[in-house]
Amino acid sequence: MYDIVEKRILQNDIEWMRVRAPFVARNAQPGHFVMVRVDADGERVPLTIVDHDQTDVVIIYQKLGYTTRQLSFKQEGDTLETFQGPLGKAAHIRDKQHVIGVAGGVGSAPLLPQLKAYKEKGIRVDAILGARSQEYLILLDEYRAICDHVYITTDDGSLGQEGRVTDALKIRLETDASIDHVIAIGPAIMMKYVVEMAKSHQRSVDVSLNPIMIDGTGMCGNCRVSIAGKTFFACIDGPDFAGEAVDFDELIARQSYYKKEEHDCFLRLKDE
Amino acid sequence: MNKIPRTPMRNQDAIERRNHFLEVALGYSLEEARAEAARCIQCKNPRCVVACPVRVKIPEFIKLLLEDALDEAFETIYEDNILPSICGRVCPQESQCEGACILNIKSESVAIGALERFVGDYGMDKNLADKPVKENNGIKVAVVGSGPAGLANAASMRRKGYDVTIFEALHEYGGVLSYGIPDFRLPKDIVKNEIDNLKKMGVTFVRDVVVGKSITIEQLFEDGYQSVFIGSGAGLPSALGVAGENLNGVYYANEFLTRVNLMKARNEPLSKTPMKLGDTIAVVGGGNVAMDAARTAKRLGAKDVFILYRRDRKSLPARLDEIHHAEDEGIDLRLLTNPVELIGENHVVKQVRCEKMKLGEPDSSGRQRPLPTGEFVTFDIDNIIIAIGQKPNPIIKDNTLGLQTQPWGGIITDEFQMTSLPGVFAGGDVVTGAATVILAMGAGKDAAHHMDEYLKTTTR
Ligand SMILES: Cc1cc2nc3c(=O)[nH]c(=O)nc-3n(C[C@H](O)[C@H](O)[C@H](O)COP(=O)(O)OP(=O)(O)OC[C@H]3O[C@@H](n4cnc5c(N)ncnc54)[C@H](O)[C@@H]3O)c2cc1C
Ligand SMILES: Cc1cc2nc3c(=O)[nH]c(=O)nc-3n(C[C@H](O)[C@H](O)[C@H](O)COP(=O)(O)OP(=O)(O)OC[C@H]3O[C@@H](n4cnc5c(N)ncnc54)[C@H](O)[C@@H]3O)c2cc1C
Ligand code: SF4
Ligand code: SF4
Ligand code: FES
Repeated sequence: MYDIVEKRILQNDIEWMRVRAPFVARNAQPGHFVMVRVDADGERVPLTIVDHDQTDVVIIYQKLGYTTRQLSFKQEGDTLETFQGPLGKAAHIRDKQHVIGVAGGVGSAPLLPQLKAYKEKGIRVDAILGARSQEYLILLDEYRAICDHVYITTDDGSLGQEGRVTDALKIRLETDASIDHVIAIGPAIMMKYVVEMAKSHQRSVDVSLNPIMIDGTGMCGNCRVSIAGKTFFACIDGPDFAGEAVDFDELIARQSYYKKEEHDCFLRLKDE
Repeated sequence: MNKIPRTPMRNQDAIERRNHFLEVALGYSLEEARAEAARCIQCKNPRCVVACPVRVKIPEFIKLLLEDALDEAFETIYEDNILPSICGRVCPQESQCEGACILNIKSESVAIGALERFVGDYGMDKNLADKPVKENNGIKVAVVGSGPAGLANAASMRRKGYDVTIFEALHEYGGVLSYGIPDFRLPKDIVKNEIDNLKKMGVTFVRDVVVGKSITIEQLFEDGYQSVFIGSGAGLPSALGVAGENLNGVYYANEFLTRVNLMKARNEPLSKTPMKLGDTIAVVGGGNVAMDAARTAKRLGAKDVFILYRRDRKSLPARLDEIHHAEDEGIDLRLLTNPVELIGENHVVKQVRCEKMKLGEPDSSGRQRPLPTGEFVTFDIDNIIIAIGQKPNPIIKDNTLGLQTQPWGGIITDEFQMTSLPGVFAGGDVVTGAATVILAMGAGKDAAHHMDEYLKTTTR
């Protein structure tokens, strides 16, 4: 059992939680994630470690379906059944001059520790944060504290530039030759277009892949992704990979195989 | 010589049992057990014992059973095998103890596994394993993994007085016994009971801890553990290596069985971890894992389940009982059939193309090598489950400096089961590759002996 030490609501659908988990905190690094199970019958879902100290680990999650909503019912002083990690390979901090991070939606949670790690190495960092509308943007102050520039895009124009992250990225890549690396974290479809854009502008690009995971430890094979025709397990070989040769269409298809079942499960939550 | 036929074990009805996960084989009654025990001719040099990986004193326990000394029969088995209820159910007896039984020559072997199961279950009901153990000597040892290797090692080390902690990566203990082997072969309360026995003995269990990630082997020593046993098993699924393997609807047996067993997708159609399964299911492989996957698919409602295996029937590595049970349940064996391509539509698998095989010369395993014929067949399918083997998980290897491993990932050990790191021992599937419960258990137990010797020379 793992104690929820602190909980905050960042935006109406996005929450922040600090959980006491010394075994996870001990070796946690940027890029690592945890597998969380809310109660004894719960499913296991992966969430990125956003921050940690000696004993506690911070997660940020968006209420999407059954499990993330079940998580949001939990309050300070409650416990979680499983909080296992740190899992995955730590992010590979590359030798670069000027990195631009691109986050879609709650992708800004996992992106933050990575950009921080670049910043700590003395590398210049900028960020493009995109969301449906203002209510889905989080961590703006945290990004402003480490980035030279933070560019915001919203689909409805409620904050920042109206449009998509790729629109903003295009301008940055065309006008700022010093940018030599892109990191994209967000929905697979967004990462796909960011990778295309980075490639067409001759910049290297890293992505964080988010296939469906069950164990998170390399046992089930559900999380497999194709990169340059080879199969990798995102939970042990990733989740971060060089983006250039990722088969995003396959990833998108694999993510949606259980859509109907997830939806049915979610509907039942509403009945409960 | 004894020509009385073997006492059959009662099974659940083959039609009825397709609808649930209750245990298929029902076990012996006391009368049946006595009748079967009476068939053993009490050999002076029992061949059965030599063929048991842990040398259970078979004629002795059978004799005690006949004399109605059931407590003593249990103790006799328990000295060599701490998991009799489990091994009685899942050992490949036909290639071990029973395969060597002298009665096999003229008649049928003694049903040693069934008798062991009977005595094991008797002991479990009467709580005979719950015995006072030595006081904790304060010397901390760590066990990585709670499968049969880890459990056996922990039990033996605890009995020798050590302060034992098991670290398990998953949220349930038992390894393959919990997440792999289905309830209809090994009911989970038996596994739970064995784990509770270890808890009562004073073994500490910690779950959700992935050694190598949550804590490294080096950090275990920093934290005061004086010796470590790695029993992390072979949990990484092997790939078929054919086109279309990453299509939706293609499962590795591990994913399939994990969803159903560990995540309980079997309990309700709307489980939080769902299982999506169509009507027509192909299973690739011929071992226990393939049989379990096929029989599980049937129980989840699949109409047509067939097994694709590239060799012939006599090469099937699964336990004989399970092959029979699978066939009784309507699972079709398509032998000498090797999948070469998975064909999909809109990223979902629809067909499996297979090459017909023929038998050639015996290969290194002694079985006739399957050879391609150039003739192909294609089957329509809704799902395909790949069960062609497992390798050790790379997490420990990748995160432990100086730990020597085989090219295929197995941990290398010396004659005392010590790895290339002093004080770090290993055993079970992580050393041998995917094998059997009893071999893993034996390895865990033997390693305890070597760890004790090692600790006696280093800690005092
Ligand atoms: C390595 C990794 C890190 C992640 N980090 C974060 C994070 O920091 N914050 C955050 O909000 N989200 C993160 N996610 C996504 C998060 O795991 C899913 O949003 C969550 O599992 C949804 O579960 P649900 O039951 O609420 O929704 P559901 O209704 O079950 O599913 C909604 C969508 O989430 C995805 N999903 C569902 N189950 C899983 C699963 N077991 N594994 C992966 N994806 C799944 C599917 O694409 C699905 O369509 C991460 C995913 C991965 C793989
Ligand atoms: C479906 C199936 C059916 C089978 N049927 C039979 C049968 O009928 N008869 C038979 O004899 N054998 C059978 N086997 C094989 C048998 O189960 C295995 O040989 C045996 O379980 C191996 O034991 P083990 O302790 O070495 O490993 P496992 O049982 O695999 O246990 C290893 C444990 O270590 C944990 N672990 C792994 N890595 C870490 C880590 N880094 N940190 C912490 N914990 C970790 C795992 O989660 C697991 O719980 C079957 C196997 C399967 C998959
Ligand atoms: S442990 Fe297995 S091989 Fe040994 S006697 Fe028992 S059933 Fe036979
Ligand atoms: S070989 Fe057969 S008959 Fe002989 S002791 Fe063993 S079980 Fe009994
Ligand atoms: S999540 Fe199971 S292997 Fe990656």
